[in-house]
Amino acid sequence: MPEKIDNNSVGLVTPEKFHCSEPISLSCGEVLPEFDIVYECYGTLNSNKSNALLICHALSGDHHVAGYHTWEDEKPGWWDRFIGPGKVFDTDRFFIVCCNNLGGCSGSTGPTTTNPINGNRYGPDFPLVTVSDWVESQARLADHLGIEAWLAVVGGSLGGMQAMQWSVDQPDRIKNAIVIAAAPKLTAQNIAFNEVARQAILTDPNFFEGRYYEHSVQPDRGLRLARMLGHITYLSDDSMAKKFGRDLRQGKINFDYGVEFEIERYLRYQGDQFVGRFDANSYLLITKVLDYYDPEGTEKCSLAEVFSRAKCDFLVVSFSTDWRFSPARSKKIIKALHDNGLNVSYGEVKSSQGHDSFLMTIPQYIEIIRSYMDKLAASL
Amino acid sequence: MNTPTDTATTLALRSDLQIIAEWIQPGNHILDLGCGDGSLMGYLARTKSVTGYGIEIEDHYIPQCIRNGVNVLQMDLDRGLTEFSDNSFDQVILSMALQTMHYPHLLMKEMLRVGREGIITFPNFGHWKVRWYLAGRGRMPVSEALPNYWYNTPNIHLCTLQDFEELCRQHNFQIQERRTLNHHHETGLGLRLLPNLLGEIVLYRFTRLPDNIPR
Repeated sequence: MPEKIDNNSVGLVTPEKFHCSEPISLSCGEVLPEFDIVYECYGTLNSNKSNALLICHALSGDHHVAGYHTWEDEKPGWWDRFIGPGKVFDTDRFFIVCCNNLGGCSGSTGPTTTNPINGNRYGPDFPLVTVSDWVESQARLADHLGIEAWLAVVGGSLGGMQAMQWSVDQPDRIKNAIVIAAAPKLTAQNIAFNEVARQAILTDPNFFEGRYYEHSVQPDRGLRLARMLGHITYLSDDSMAKKFGRDLRQGKINFDYGVEFEIERYLRYQGDQFVGRFDANSYLLITKVLDYYDPEGTEKCSLAEVFSRAKCDFLVVSFSTDWRFSPARSKKIIKALHDNGLNVSYGEVKSSQGHDSFLMTIPQYIEIIRSYMDKLAASL
Repeated sequence: MNTPTDTATTLALRSDLQIIAEWIQPGNHILDLGCGDGSLMGYLARTKSVTGYGIEIEDHYIPQCIRNGVNVLQMDLDRGLTEFSDNSFDQVILSMALQTMHYPHLLMKEMLRVGREGIITFPNFGHWKVRWYLAGRGRMPVSEALPNYWYNTPNIHLCTLQDFEELCRQHNFQIQERRTLNHHHETGLGLRLLPNLLGEIVLYRFTRLPDNIPR
């Protein structure tokens, strides 16, 4: 049983699989002849299909955003605190969809799935995809579900980039974009962190050029290091100090390399948890999706020109201590939006929890999203 | 910035609303600095079909604006309007917030950079009641319009009508129109003759010199 089931949980949910037999042309030039997208839905689609929300996951997320797969699960979906009856993304009012993106490792077509052409796992041969490719595949899922336009596409971090890309790639199929803790492109510092994470995996002796499945091993050490590094960047100096400080597990130093400080325990725990559930090739690929995201650079024009295609309304939220995707990065998005006269509201939430804030139920953050969603619900 | 206890703002909003609305052309693109709960923008959107944005720094106003259907951007005006391009608005409004700015003159420059016209309203420190209070008691005035004490007031840069006009002269801000309201928020002959003495709230419409975007 889960430790605690909250009263407003969506309860037990079952993932579904959409098989798309139409080929998809990817930004890199390659074509996937067919693909699967695993997704979950919560709530009920109304009769005119106007209440659908698409939640986009970030680097390490998946389609399981709320509820439980079995009552044996220890934890609910990754954004369960936000999704359910009466919650900010209220399943009594909205029909909510979240899918595992192409290249992921939770059931959608990606490095761990079988290439229909040769019957082998894709592994490192899975083509590098982009945020635009994800938007295209999500649009196919929308077709499959009979959703002409999303009431809102919502995402934090890399999820926010998908929401932005929806607004320019599919301007007629999105009414609102909710862009949280995101950026119009990564900075050199962001890419640097991703590169160290990748190097940790690529140089793991068990990586075997990405063909580790054939050797029945996993580059666990590399993936673990990558995740530990990631977690440092998701927290702020303040939140680490508050959560762990210099607390020692045994109250004294032991003059060895064991786990002494609480922060060491935390990082090792996060690394270990991740190794069991995530695939190294998917991790490599998704860090590249992040690095490549740069609509200005891709289209060789200003961000304002990119957003000139957008028609939807925007809500943008950033967090004061998020140094990975800082408020200054969100302000670049805002500027491009109001340069086009688009409807946009922006909240800068005071939080000590760094980039991870977007997953947390911070009262001001919740109130901003709730006020926006109430407005959307009233428009239905 | 505006605080919930700042009754000056709420009192004034109702009365200077009409005058500001008179100065706005239907369909104008507006920036409202220190927009509070978005009442003014909401009013202008309903009555004048304006588009645009409110800027507010206080947390609690952000969801209120969103609920009121007003585009609100949470930003600190003391850091300027760098997020906005030159000439991107018809009018930029600063209603009852000039006196809370760290650098009022720099913000006024910014207003005329991003908009073709500025509209400013503020409580006049030259009003006779303020003078009477200071002269009689020898202490910083506290009133309905200025309800805070010197140490906890958000109003850090109070000025008189004459001070404001002197600042405009120094910076080549072209005053197009001035209106004054007395403490009953009415206008009249006395106010026209002795605006700095009888005006409790003053309203200005001002522009830059032609082809001269302030930097």
